Amino acid sequence: MKVSVDEAKCCGAGQCVLLAPEVFDQRDEDGIVVLLTPEPSPDQHSDVREAAAVCPASAITLHDGS
Amino acid sequence: MSPNEPAMRLPLPTDGPLEAPAEWQELRRKCPVATVELPSGDKAAYLTRYDDIKALLSDPRFARPTDRDEGAARIAPEGAGGPVANGDSSIAIATQGEEHLRWRRHVGKYLTAKRVTALRPGMVAIVESLVDDLVEQGQPGDLKATVGFPLPVYVICDLLGAPAEDRDRFSYWSDAFLNVSRYSTEEAQASYGEFARYMSELIAAKRAEPGDDLISNLIKDGTEGGEGLSDELLLSTGMGLLVAGHETTANMIGKMVSMLLADRTRWERLLDDPSLVRTAVDEVLRFDANFGFGVRRYLGEDVEVGGELLPGGTTVVCALSAANRDEQVFADAAEMDLTRAPNPHMTFGAGPHACLGQSLARTELQVVLEVLLRRLPTLRLAVPVEELQRVEGLLVGGLRTVPVRW
Repeated sequence: MKVSVDEAKCCGAGQCVLLAPEVFDQRDEDGIVVLLTPEPSPDQHSDVREAAAVCPASAITLHDGS
Repeated sequence: MSPNEPAMRLPLPTDGPLEAPAEWQELRRKCPVATVELPSGDKAAYLTRYDDIKALLSDPRFARPTDRDEGAARIAPEGAGGPVANGDSSIAIATQGEEHLRWRRHVGKYLTAKRVTALRPGMVAIVESLVDDLVEQGQPGDLKATVGFPLPVYVICDLLGAPAEDRDRFSYWSDAFLNVSRYSTEEAQASYGEFARYMSELIAAKRAEPGDDLISNLIKDGTEGGEGLSDELLLSTGMGLLVAGHETTANMIGKMVSMLLADRTRWERLLDDPSLVRTAVDEVLRFDANFGFGVRRYLGEDVEVGGELLPGGTTVVCALSAANRDEQVFADAAEMDLTRAPNPHMTFGAGPHACLGQSLARTELQVVLEVLLRRLPTLRLAVPVEELQRVEGLLVGGLRTVPVRW
């Protein structure tokens, strides 16, 4: 699984950080998403999928290779 | 939608205090772009499908109506509703474009998931002491007045850096801004004046002696070379946090507990497995059918919604709670499933205007639920569900009281 984020769309809701803190963070200066782990390990996939599904700005895209 | 068809009037009637209007399902299926009449008498287009609403809210061209939008539908009749009901020029926060984005990011950095998580222990302490008050006052108690109403305003006061002894004044102001049925326009305006004076003094005090609070930090951002917020914008920010974060969360606490106790097997499930609190909170947010009648958007230009062309100048009401029960998106949408995940409900909106305080609100709800399950496992409603009464405020839906025993 590969993850990409769209900073321009991000609305800073922080749902992704609450769900998958090892994969996503928010910038200190404006709360916009930071992608920590573009290729999360399989045990993180379910949290990442949930984060992408609930992102209110649809700013997380998953490219499923595995 | 045709100009001649008789318009439904909002709010739509329901069979019970926690029930969804029967019309929603019908509208989603047959009339996803309906015409409705608001309490003001103005007409608006009414959306009920998840995909239509998500697309419109995600469209950066559109925002809520302001008083610059000539002909935009008003919620409340002229003269009712106080300074926030109809989009008021006294609120200096830009609703669109670069300026809106800049404000959002300025404030958003103090409401990130990590910052909110850091506030959690303080919230737990507040809820513990509010539950002490509830127990001390004896049975039956009103969970809404004793726990739901104070918590969010205390949290906002802490966030803004307002001293604890001023919390009750904030509660009163916030109620006067939003509770159109309890306060007159004059009272709402007088409250706004008092609040503005208070905030000006608070801002001056923080300039003189900064703390580690939102106002001090926003001032500091401005003095450290960055683009700061004017005093006017700081005032509007305080007002915005109070208006957006108090009554909504306060009511949601009351409704959450009511929904979970209305069928007590839900409460028992959470007692058995408190790790479900996170998904349970999002499920009650999704399931709440009494959130106020929706989010408005003013169309500055023509746009196609659900295959229908809506002309520029239209005011749209997005029925978020109807979207949250859309069977196309949620399996068994009419059932409450405390384990539902993912749960992409739109109670906090979507797109560039999605609720900035949603991590804060979720955390408050989670903390209330955790503390109640631990402290008052025998909690139950003190009246039959049908006897719970909805508040008649126009902007934020809720229950008047939530009588409980334990």
